[in-house]
Amino acid sequence: MARDPSTLRYAETHEWVDVQEEGGDKFATIGISAFAVEQLNDLVYMDLPEVGRQLEIGEEFGEVESVKAVSPLYSPVAGEVVAVHSDLPDNLDNLNDDAFDFGWILKVKLSADLPDSLMDFAAYQKQCSEAG
Amino acid sequence: MTTSSTNDPVENSSTPADCLQTPLDAWHREAGAKMVPFAGYSMPIQYEGIVAEHQACRNSAALFDVSHMGRLRFDGDHAAEFLDHMLTRRVTDMVPGQVRYGMVCNAEGGVLDDVLVSFLQTPSERRFHLLVVNASNRAKILEWFEPHLADFPTVTMSDRTELTAMIAVQGPMAIEVCKKLFTIDPSRLKNYSAFITDQFAKPVIVSRTGYTGEDGLELIVRAEEAQRVWENVLLAGREAGFKPAGLGARDTLRMEAGMPLYGHELDETIDPITAGLKFGCNLKDRHFIGEDALRAVVEQGRMRCRIGLLPTGKRPAREGCPVLTADGETIGKVTSGGPSPTLGVPIAMATIDAKHAKDASFQIDIRGKTTEALPTKLPFYKRPVAAS
Repeated sequence: MARDPSTLRYAETHEWVDVQEEGGDKFATIGISAFAVEQLNDLVYMDLPEVGRQLEIGEEFGEVESVKAVSPLYSPVAGEVVAVHSDLPDNLDNLNDDAFDFGWILKVKLSADLPDSLMDFAAYQKQCSEAG
Repeated sequence: MTTSSTNDPVENSSTPADCLQTPLDAWHREAGAKMVPFAGYSMPIQYEGIVAEHQACRNSAALFDVSHMGRLRFDGDHAAEFLDHMLTRRVTDMVPGQVRYGMVCNAEGGVLDDVLVSFLQTPSERRFHLLVVNASNRAKILEWFEPHLADFPTVTMSDRTELTAMIAVQGPMAIEVCKKLFTIDPSRLKNYSAFITDQFAKPVIVSRTGYTGEDGLELIVRAEEAQRVWENVLLAGREAGFKPAGLGARDTLRMEAGMPLYGHELDETIDPITAGLKFGCNLKDRHFIGEDALRAVVEQGRMRCRIGLLPTGKRPAREGCPVLTADGETIGKVTSGGPSPTLGVPIAMATIDAKHAKDASFQIDIRGKTTEALPTKLPFYKRPVAAS
C-alpha cells in the first residue's frame, strides 16, 4: 500500500519517518521529502550507511548530492540500522516521482521514542511554504 | 538533510535587499527562476533544472543573462597602449573587430582577473576598447587601473556595466537562429571577433565568444533594450528548442569545456602559466605589469600545474577535495568538480605539484573517503566539428 505523506512525521532537515510495530519492536522507515527532492533537483549520488550501525538522533548517516550541492542526511531517530535501500543510489531519478515509497532510504530499529521535535504533516508543510 | 553549496554561487533562495538587479531581473522571476546572490547581484541559478538547461546548450542553444559581468570602456588616444601595459595579452596590434582573452596580473604575476578585450568601431567610425571583466572583480580592476591611468592622460575609462546588459546565446543552433535578428549576419564573424550592428535600430555589440565550449554569441545592449532582445532571441529560437539557462548550467558547461573560473582555477596567488593559460600571455617584445614574474616562471619551470581528473565511480569530487598520489601523498586540491551532464561521469580540475603532472593515476579524498582518479586532457568535452 502506498505510503500516505500526510500520516508521516518530519524532521526540520526534511527527512520523513514512518513508524511501524513488528513483534513488539518499533521500526522507523526513513526517507527525504518530495519537497526536498524538488529543491535539490538533478540528483546524482547518494551515500548509504551500513546495516548494523547505531544512530543517534541528529547524527549524519549519509549524503545526497545534486549536480550543484552536497547535502548531509541526518537521522531523525535513535536506533540500529536494520536495512538500507541499496537499489536507490542507482535509481535516483525515481525519487522525483516516488519520494515516499520507492524513495525509502533506511530502516532503523528504534532504541528510544521519537523526539518531540519531529513535525506532523501540517507543521512541515508550513515550514516548506515559508522556505519558498 | 541540509543543503550546502559546493561551488559558487552560494545557494540561497532569499535575496538580500542590497543585491543589484540586472535589467532582466523581472523576467527571470516571472519565468520562475531560482534566484541567488552572486557577486553582488541577484542572479538566476536555474529555471527548470541545471541538467535540462545544460543539455539545451549542447543540443540547441541556451540564453544566459550575464549582465553582472563588468563592462569597462576605454576611449582616447593611447587606449591600446594603456591596456597593453595592463594585460598579459598584446593589445596594440589589434584591428577593429578583434577580441582577445588575457589576464590582468599584479607585479608578482598573480592573476587579478581574466578578461576579454575587444577593439570596436562604431558605424560613425569611432573606435574604442571594451574590457569584459568578472563580476566579482569589477571594483578591484577599476581600483587597480585608476592610478595607472594617470600615466595615460588621454585615456578615459568608463564603467558601462549598469547602463548595459549582456546576453550570451550559446549552442550549435545559436548562429543560425540569430542570423534573422540583426542587420549584419553574425555567421560572417570569426571566433573571437565582434562588431557593432543593430536590432530594430538599436545598437548591439555582437561577439562570437562564450564560456560554454559551444559556438555562440555574446550580445551587449542598452539596459532598456535587454528584455526586448532577450525575448526576441527566445522567440526566434523557440522551434529550435532555445531555453533560458542559469548560472548552474553555465558552471557545468564551462567545467566540461575545461575553462578556468576566477576564484577557483585562478586567483592572485596563481600565475597564468601555472593555471595552464600560457596562450593568454604574449611575453615577446613587450612590457606589461607582471612580465618579469611570468618570464621567471617560464624560465625556471612552474611549481604547480592545472590538470583534468576523472574520478572513478559515481561520487563527484568537489572544490577543495585534497588530491593525492597513488601512494597517498597529498599534492594539491580540486579547484572545480562535479558531475558532467554530457559525459555522465564526474569530472574535476585540480592544481597539483608540477612534478606529479605526468603521474598515471591519482586519488581524491572526497570528504574522508579516497577515490581513484585518472588524469585526462582538458577539455573534458569538445564540441563536434561541423561537417563542411
